[in-house]
Amino acid sequence: MQIYPAHEMNVLQDSLIELIRRASAEIPEDVHKAILGSLEAEKKGTIAESAMKIIDRNIELAKNKSQPICQDTGSIIFYVDCPVGFDQLTFADAAREAVKIATKKGYLRQNSVDSINGKNDGTNLGPGSPTLHFHQHRSPEVQVRLVLKGGGCENVGAQYSLPNEKLKANRDLDGCRKVILDAVLQAQGKGCGPGILGVCIGGDRATGYEHSKEQFLRRLDDQNENQELNRLEQDILETANKLGIGPMGFGGKTTLLGTKIGVLNRLPASFFVSVSYMCWAYRRQGVTLDEEGKIGQWLY
Amino acid sequence: MINIKTPISEEQIKSLKLGDEVSISGTLFTGRDAVHKYLHEGGQLPPAVNLKDGILYHCGPVIVKDEQGAWKCVAAGPTTSIREEPYQWQIIRDFGLRGVIGKGGMGDKTLEACRQHGCAYFHAVGGAAQVLAECIKRVPNVYFMEKFGAPEAIWEFEVVDFPAIVTIDANGNSLHKEVFEASEAQLAKFI
Repeated sequence: MQIYPAHEMNVLQDSLIELIRRASAEIPEDVHKAILGSLEAEKKGTIAESAMKIIDRNIELAKNKSQPICQDTGSIIFYVDCPVGFDQLTFADAAREAVKIATKKGYLRQNSVDSINGKNDGTNLGPGSPTLHFHQHRSPEVQVRLVLKGGGCENVGAQYSLPNEKLKANRDLDGCRKVILDAVLQAQGKGCGPGILGVCIGGDRATGYEHSKEQFLRRLDDQNENQELNRLEQDILETANKLGIGPMGFGGKTTLLGTKIGVLNRLPASFFVSVSYMCWAYRRQGVTLDEEGKIGQWLY
Repeated sequence: MINIKTPISEEQIKSLKLGDEVSISGTLFTGRDAVHKYLHEGGQLPPAVNLKDGILYHCGPVIVKDEQGAWKCVAAGPTTSIREEPYQWQIIRDFGLRGVIGKGGMGDKTLEACRQHGCAYFHAVGGAAQVLAECIKRVPNVYFMEKFGAPEAIWEFEVVDFPAIVTIDANGNSLHKEVFEASEAQLAKFI
């Protein structure tokens, strides 16, 4: 059982602050590669190319200055894979403290607002902030992944209930394809494209969105183990990039950098397709922690 | 690249076309959700916030105090503008704005207000918080800090060569409309 005694709490906390700093200031290498590919692909001298150049310069500046890539440092979502008997309560305390300190240091914006009275106490702590998902596994290793997801891209997410008569989308994979592409069309540049889609086919209204967000833990260059979904991911990516929406919705060749699709069982009565949109400022990082709470490896 | 300096003349704004890349220098005031709702409901601006012939920036920056106690902007990209669509037309009309900077574009009401009152929408690159923060040379003042909190306050920025693209002009044209219509027609071919 791992309980993090008091003297190790600081070690754990420091590790989590470093995880937050890096997640906020540095784009993962797989995403950066996709962005450079898109900069290359845009026609020279267009405003799409200008936008991609600014994005590329921004990535470099943020890393060098150790400052947030985007001022909207987003929803703070931790995914923790931990062994049986892991002390989740202590970990959650350390995570909250780390968020508070990271906010003071300016790695995170004062970004959490009381939904009733509009007050922002500047700590980033409150109901739902940060969000922690714990998953037990039969391995002694502790893995902590962090996604910071901005509000602009969160706002263009969409959930469809099939059949959808307007889009002529039935309860099959072709119907899923139609609604996913509709989500891309509706999003235009509003979610800070070129974007990345995380999709869940099935589940209920809550688990569908949750699972769609978990797709953002996958590397952009991985392959879906399910062949049908793998083909659909490729198809959505290629088709979206023929629509001409382009970076920021300025028109251009890159509308999406990737699409990741997961699946959950559904009830006979329900058929949801949940689409989460991630902006190009795709902030995702992860670490393994040793028994004292020190960072072992970086996961991305 | 077209240089724009605040205060801006109606004539210069009307000469801008969709897709023009501009470089903005002078004073910007930030204002986002809380400020728009407040002004829409008849709230008053502090006397020092003069929007006439100026630019409003849809932005909730990350600001810290430096060692000397002066405000320093560490991240300041644009926020999504469409949330201000119910209010923006009125603020353009009542306060004499010549420009709005944001991201993601705006709708028909704003497009019409831009045409009627000589205003343009400048699209900054969303997420480019560091590149844009570098253009903010000084943060002389903040207003409504207590009332709205840091991201929603009105920050006064002195900027040099702030890059943006004209996506709604003062002559009734919107790049957002054009791209939406073209992409919708394109999508119809693939489904």
